[in-house]
Amino acid sequence: MAEAHPVGFQWVMEAKARGAKVIHVDPRFTRTSALADTFVPLRVGTDIAFLGGIINYVLSNELDFREYVVAYTNAATIVSDQYVDTDDLDGLFSGFDPETRTYDAESWQYATQEKDGGDRQDHETQRETASGMQHETHGMSVDDDVLRDETLQHPNCVYQVLKRHFSRYTPEVVAQTCGVSEEQFLEVCEAWTQNSTRDRTTALVYSVGWTQHSVGVQYIRTGAILQLLLGNMGRPGGGIMALRGHASIQGSTDIPTLFNLLPGYLPMPNAADHQSLEQWIDATRNPGAKGFWSKADAYSISMLKAWWGEHATADNDYCFDYLPRITGDHGTYRTVLDMIDGKVKGYFLLGQNPAVGSAHGKAQRLGMANLDWLVVRDLFEIESATFWKDSPEVATGEIVPEECRTEVFLLPAASHVEKEGTFTQTHRMLQWREKAVEPPGDCRSELWFFFHLGRMIRERLAGSTDERDRPLLELTWDYPLLGETQDPDAEAVLKEINGYDVATGRPLSTFTEMETDGSTAGGCWIYTGVMKDGVNQAARRKPGRDQDWVAAEWGWTWPANRRTLYNRASADPEGRPWSERKAYVWWDEEQQRWAGHDVPDFEVTKPPSYRPDPGVDGIDGIAGDDPFIMQGDGKGGLYVPQGLLDGPLPTHYEPVESPFRNPIYGQQANPTRKEYPRQDNRMNPSPPEHGSEVFPYVFTTSRLTEHHTAGGMSRYVARLAELQPEMFIEVSPELAGERGLENGGWCHVVTARAAIEARVLVTERMTPLRVEGRTVHQVWLPYHWGTGGLVTGDSANDLLGISLDPNVLIQESKVGTCDVLPGRRPTGRAVLDLVTTYQERAGILGDRTVPIVTTGPGAAGDDEGDPTGGGGGAS
Amino acid sequence: MAKVNLGWPVLRQLLGSDVLGRGVAARSKQTDATTARTETADRVAKSVCPYCAVGCGQQVFVKDEQVIQIEGDPDSPVSRGRLCPKGSASKNLVTSELRQTKVRYRRPFGTEWEDLDLDVAMEMIADRVVKARNDTWQDLDDQGHKVRRAMGIASLGGATLDNEENYLIKKLFTAMGAIQIENQARI
Repeated sequence: MAEAHPVGFQWVMEAKARGAKVIHVDPRFTRTSALADTFVPLRVGTDIAFLGGIINYVLSNELDFREYVVAYTNAATIVSDQYVDTDDLDGLFSGFDPETRTYDAESWQYATQEKDGGDRQDHETQRETASGMQHETHGMSVDDDVLRDETLQHPNCVYQVLKRHFSRYTPEVVAQTCGVSEEQFLEVCEAWTQNSTRDRTTALVYSVGWTQHSVGVQYIRTGAILQLLLGNMGRPGGGIMALRGHASIQGSTDIPTLFNLLPGYLPMPNAADHQSLEQWIDATRNPGAKGFWSKADAYSISMLKAWWGEHATADNDYCFDYLPRITGDHGTYRTVLDMIDGKVKGYFLLGQNPAVGSAHGKAQRLGMANLDWLVVRDLFEIESATFWKDSPEVATGEIVPEECRTEVFLLPAASHVEKEGTFTQTHRMLQWREKAVEPPGDCRSELWFFFHLGRMIRERLAGSTDERDRPLLELTWDYPLLGETQDPDAEAVLKEINGYDVATGRPLSTFTEMETDGSTAGGCWIYTGVMKDGVNQAARRKPGRDQDWVAAEWGWTWPANRRTLYNRASADPEGRPWSERKAYVWWDEEQQRWAGHDVPDFEVTKPPSYRPDPGVDGIDGIAGDDPFIMQGDGKGGLYVPQGLLDGPLPTHYEPVESPFRNPIYGQQANPTRKEYPRQDNRMNPSPPEHGSEVFPYVFTTSRLTEHHTAGGMSRYVARLAELQPEMFIEVSPELAGERGLENGGWCHVVTARAAIEARVLVTERMTPLRVEGRTVHQVWLPYHWGTGGLVTGDSANDLLGISLDPNVLIQESKVGTCDVLPGRRPTGRAVLDLVTTYQERAGILGDRTVPIVTTGPGAAGDDEGDPTGGGGGAS
Repeated sequence: MAKVNLGWPVLRQLLGSDVLGRGVAARSKQTDATTARTETADRVAKSVCPYCAVGCGQQVFVKDEQVIQIEGDPDSPVSRGRLCPKGSASKNLVTSELRQTKVRYRRPFGTEWEDLDLDVAMEMIADRVVKARNDTWQDLDDQGHKVRRAMGIASLGGATLDNEENYLIKKLFTAMGAIQIENQARI
């Protein structure tokens, strides 16, 4: 955090100065470790085992915040007796189909819900469409007749299921798996639990490298389970903080430039399942379900109304059929492989540099070299614009400029001070930026580019009677244009995003004003309120020193300017603060409404004593003491029967590339992960397969303070280039000795995809760890460099293959295996020969595919696994 | 002579009230004659740092329509005036001589960049989008379901852009039937 989010880290230091204990868990000693009270080095890719061990410590010592857990989580809910855990199936959950590598989740449901409580779509479809991302806010659909045992004694209540599941993660197993000493592990357990009480809360902070694993979603789930058990969610000083790495990456998820989402986490319609407006809305609304998603019809119809205006009527289902349909995986990695296969004609890159920043750099560049045309919009001449003349593939002869057909347009972009608009930062806060100056020369904003591109396309299609052109011709595409360059008025766009009353144009104040009859329009329902009272709330700048610590009058936070989500949980079931010290939101008996320091995340006049009648759905179905109002039962999900494709509970799997056999189960790595087995995407073998010894070391990557991701905004900036001028690799003195590496000298790193070189930094910041009785060396690389800019170097992301988390289709790019050799890498074609030699030695040349299912009937030969564990078919 | 000696900074520090030498003792005529460029700016725009997602407040100082300084905004409850090395370098980011300010064009099989007018580039891109859309249009998928889309057009980017920009990008691409629209959040 000190390294990549230094100014945010001031608040950690402030807390430390007031007595907080700071623990840093990381494979490498960083600037954060230097300021922490305790630094715990950990083997990369073992976070579930580490956190699972803490959960086991909590449950076996009954250190959970019992009153919170019983009232606010699903700990008491009874799970189906058909559910079989990984403990009994050698690393698989019940319902696994080894053919499709997906689960039938029927047995994961709550007792009595097996038939009707399951997901609407099968898991194969859900994996293809990254539906976990849609579930980001949908929550679970839960009927109100679920069975509960509030004593938590029923053998199949979630609490007991959890207790059995995590019982394997003992301090010894954690030590063996993670390379962390039992003493240090227990120190973390004690600190975390002792600081999580009525009077104290503990915060868990992660950076989004956590998502870049084949089990990334389950990493975060493990953190969520722990924080729920300890009563740290929805309370001040608690929570799980995702530190995101781009100025508006939160905004670009809320208003998604993502294939499977529409604004406000509405799903992109799927051709097979969403053939009508009603089917599409019901996919989010889950008729009969409780919680705020019951109003999904108003959010969805208002969005269609914002896009197609007067043309969107009840008679034509508000132009629902104008939306294109998805039919499977259309994610960025699938698309890049399709480029290599010649299926994509044109590609836009908007302030993004995949030649350096995406996994498997060679695949990215070869894909771009096989297009009809490419439009790059950026501040600088980045590598993704120049791949045809100076990429590593030009040096190897894989791209020959005279033979590369891609037509490239490099259009200069306006910088953040040359346009106005909002960023949404990592705390969901929108902040408006004023325009300081006009952009120079041909530089233009994305708002300008896309507005005018749309205008020109519509001019070309004007008069067309072709049905396919109607969505474009009838699109609301009329914004006031400002100044000499005719930039669209960003505030007018923000007003459309906010939503308005169609008849009067009055901006809506809250999404509860949205209607289902087409009388309201609004582009992104969760942003409704940002133009409350016609005032740009994101531009509010009342100085922090003139406000309380919540600072609610600086910017605007979705939803409804609420700064802490689910803050109803900061009060006890009766609505009283858990303690005076941690008072945040509470029920004011006199006023008969919720009050406090923040906007209450609850219906403001619903008393804690409110109980819904049986069968009541929607918002009214949420009881007065159910704080998690987006979930179908109003409760935090310790166990998740729906929405996850790799299991209702997190379980330790090895990274896809690992030098170790999974010490806990026969199943080696995530069995449901998304793979693209192709000869241009070979993965290094892992146990139980032979060949893993060819790549004996573990590598991980991350950022330096002085650079930004793929370097497009830092390697071209003189000050920053000077501060960190060269690509390097950090290795321990022990590994340097083993491989003959010299501090300041050169080395090269080899995987099945690439060989890259870097300067060697020998440092004790990298610690060799004892895992499964032997030493593992981990190496660390920053991933900022490429062939362009003031300082150049090889790209660490070239080392990676493409293997994805099944829930959200994000790649495993924070861990892989490699070899490290002294000296510079070969150049020209010789570097390809070197990689081929390694592929040959590892036995992965040709058609050999590495088995993914490593336990149960039909699994690959494995002497260590338990072949009797079963694992096929629904039970 | 004594008067001259008393003017020495070290003597002013030792004999005067500013023992630490961080205030009046360290000042000179030159100091007094210097004005911070932030004080003579024509205007100050309230902005936000463009790098990571912490969202630190920035003040952008403008004189003669040029950015002359970018500093942390002390009013911001997020950052309290602080900026990290990247945020502090953002004036250098926006004024860098390496900034691309002219459209560059590489024709198929070309070995060098060429110049191209922005207007011409926009017309060419619009032509190509319309053509790629027509050439790869699908009304139905192989199971006969309505899909009305064009798989020949893809886009990547958005995490560094404004919400308003992402909104128009998604809206336009969706209306034209382009669905392979992605950004850093998938990466």
